[in-house]
Amino acid sequence: MTNNTTPYAIELRDISKRFGAVQANKDICLQVPAGTVHGIIGENGAGKSTLMSIIYGFYEADSGHIEVDGKIVDIRNSQDAIKAGIGMVHQHFMLVENFTVLENVMLGAEGGALLQQGMDAARTELKRLAHEYSLDIDVDAVVEELPVGLQQRVEILKALYRGARILILDEPTGVLTPQEADHLFRILRSLTEQGVTVLLITHKLREILASTSNVSVMRQGEMVAHRETAKTDKEELAELMVGKKVRLKVDKDDATPTDVFLSAKNLSQFDSQGVKRLKEVSLELRAGEILGIAGVSGNGQSELLNVLSGITPMDEGEIQFAGQTITASAPKNAAQMRDMKMAHVPEDRHKMGLVTGFEAYEAAVLGYHNSAAYNGAFLMNRKAMLDECNTRMAAWDVRPPNPHLKTANFSGGNQQKIVIAREVEQNPDVLLIGQPTRGVDIGAIENIHEQIVKLRDSGKAILLVSVELDEIMALSDRILVMFDGAVVGELDAKDADERTLGLMMANAYNEDQKGVA
Amino acid sequence: MSQAKVPVWVNVGLIPFINIVLAFLVSGLVFVAIGQNPIEAAGYLVYGAFGYDEGIGYTLYYATNFIFTGLAVSVAFKAGLFNIGGEGQAYIGGLGVGLVCLSLDHSMPFIVIMPLAIIAAALFGAAWAYVPAYLQARRGSHIVITTIMFNFIASSLMVYLMVNWLKEKTGMAPNSRTFEENAWMPYLHNMLTPLGIDIGDSPLNGAFILALVCCVLVWVLIWHTRWGYQLRTLGTNPTAAKYAGIDTAKVTIWVMLISGGLAGFVGINEIMGVNHSLLLNFTAGYGFAGIAVSLMGRNHPIGIVLAAVLFGALYQGGAELAFEIPSITPEVVVVIQGLVILFCGALEHMFKGRIEGFFIRRAAAQEK
Repeated sequence: MTNNTTPYAIELRDISKRFGAVQANKDICLQVPAGTVHGIIGENGAGKSTLMSIIYGFYEADSGHIEVDGKIVDIRNSQDAIKAGIGMVHQHFMLVENFTVLENVMLGAEGGALLQQGMDAARTELKRLAHEYSLDIDVDAVVEELPVGLQQRVEILKALYRGARILILDEPTGVLTPQEADHLFRILRSLTEQGVTVLLITHKLREILASTSNVSVMRQGEMVAHRETAKTDKEELAELMVGKKVRLKVDKDDATPTDVFLSAKNLSQFDSQGVKRLKEVSLELRAGEILGIAGVSGNGQSELLNVLSGITPMDEGEIQFAGQTITASAPKNAAQMRDMKMAHVPEDRHKMGLVTGFEAYEAAVLGYHNSAAYNGAFLMNRKAMLDECNTRMAAWDVRPPNPHLKTANFSGGNQQKIVIAREVEQNPDVLLIGQPTRGVDIGAIENIHEQIVKLRDSGKAILLVSVELDEIMALSDRILVMFDGAVVGELDAKDADERTLGLMMANAYNEDQKGVA
Repeated sequence: MSQAKVPVWVNVGLIPFINIVLAFLVSGLVFVAIGQNPIEAAGYLVYGAFGYDEGIGYTLYYATNFIFTGLAVSVAFKAGLFNIGGEGQAYIGGLGVGLVCLSLDHSMPFIVIMPLAIIAAALFGAAWAYVPAYLQARRGSHIVITTIMFNFIASSLMVYLMVNWLKEKTGMAPNSRTFEENAWMPYLHNMLTPLGIDIGDSPLNGAFILALVCCVLVWVLIWHTRWGYQLRTLGTNPTAAKYAGIDTAKVTIWVMLISGGLAGFVGINEIMGVNHSLLLNFTAGYGFAGIAVSLMGRNHPIGIVLAAVLFGALYQGGAELAFEIPSITPEVVVVIQGLVILFCGALEHMFKGRIEGFFIRRAAAQEK
């Protein structure tokens, strides 16, 4: 290494960072050759984001230093990072939605007191960049009217416009279809051909293998391995991330669906602005099957879950459930739906599924807090709640098994177990489950998937919403694809492959292609 | 990765204590600036508040009002609602008490009047909170704005009623006639004398006991009933409340009714306990001070009792101080109260991070 003549584009030496008692990064070393895509992979909480925040100047490291092109740089804030040629594309875009592409790109680099002059300069420069890196975009388009894939391109252009030679992308594919993701990776490759260095942060193994030349694995704040991507595989990377062997497949037999437990006809829902978020969705959910809802995040899946579970009232259509007909004029709220034996594991456990300020045993009865099991005449039966929480924590292997610990202090996987246990243990007929393994460690994913299949095998009907295609394909017996609030396709899980689903998710699939696919 | 925790006593004890000490240090500077010896002044203040039986009685009498309004603010706050209308709710609650006493004191014994007056205080206070609560729950009007406006309406309404309807016919002052003694809340010193306990004459009366009972009831309600569970869920995570099927509009309304009712009890202490007649401006800012009391007491009944006693002591000790040292005007006393509110309320987080950091590091060091 020492006799390498060309210095690394970026090199980290012994970076450590501690937040209170938490060692977020410990003696991190990383060497990234210029003009490569370097993947950094790790579970949630492994310290990836902290490390990137240190490189981009949001945090200062407690010790260690950063070298760019062989020279030590002192990065104390994001301006320093930009000066050092480091640009960042955040997971959640930092764009002003009602500004044009041009206005967004020049934001913070307006140049001069009068806008026009800077705008003209920016327009010329932006055209040059777009041409050089083949990042076509209409610079006068308003950002909110662009699809997310193009919005991301604006973020990349923004970084390049500021002279970035090292580009950090934080979980860039969370909002993209597989096709859009592939397109992104092509862009990244062409960037590297122009000498740009890319750091790709992700927890998706597939993307690492598809797009990087080297990969570094983080676990519990430490850099545990560096690999050449060509010489590793999914299994090895997963094992390195978790620290033990992981099975990536779900074992399940064919479904034997029976009675229709829930059927929805032409469900529609409008948001407060009058925009139709759910468009005439019809579906049937049978006992003993897992119905997967695939789609890019934000295409009506959340609205569907909320309408089915009674959280938001529907505006049109009807639901047949438990012998009742639910319509806009005869609605049922979430509590009533629960009484009719519908359980719901919401997509966002922090916002919806838990009260993070509550102790675990209190959060473990949310939604069922009026149940006679937890109440005396006036007072809540704390002992019954605690006993039950203890039993469930043991059965579901929640760690630490302490019912008095604040919910916020459990890891993502354990929080999710608390929610799933709460909903499943009520013995529901229908389980709606959204993003069951979002932010959950790989080890716990396996366990949660097994539980879902077990529930199906016991004759329950399960509606699974997930933006992780792997998860949809691994668990579902039947798959519906949503796009822009409507169901645009239905597949038997046996016939589903990534390409077909991806095209459906982008609403670019037509029957003619079926033969080809 | 381990999660170190800050000991509970640091948050509920040490940090408020440091804030109060700081407020007093800055108050000391104020005394120096006006040419007074701060040590001497502090001596008068503490002696006035706690130094003798009557002083303690006065301190607790003031504290009674602060407990009621502090509880009122905290119950609403637990549900995520900022009830700024304690002043108006207390005012109207007092009206209810006054009406019961004025209409029944010739015909009914104390044992009938007392429960009716307590019910009237709660009902009138709750009714005054109902309109803002309804507007918030069903129409989305912000409760901070509406409760503030209702303070002004309460004030005007009381002037109108006193001047045109309730004023004693013979007098010039806008006061009602004095109630008959069977409509007086007994003084604590009178209640304790038969038991052979002498606590000195002060306005401290039966309302103080009611205040302590309310503390217990509020504690039970918030932490031990399903209604409390719902209101805490609403207060900490409204989306989760919707998910859980909690009728947030309904919870909003009844929480505000309880809050208004608690504020209304100020009328028991002031009208039935001390003034024995209906008059203007008896609320004297207790409703607003309740916000500071609740903040300082961390929205917990025990904390609220402690904060209320502190504020009561500032009122009583401050009055004593202004009496003993003429150059210290009542306005200076208000400055001290303001500083306490400033340091304990507004600047609460000034040292919090650093102090918590110290304990986290210490805990981390011990782990190693």
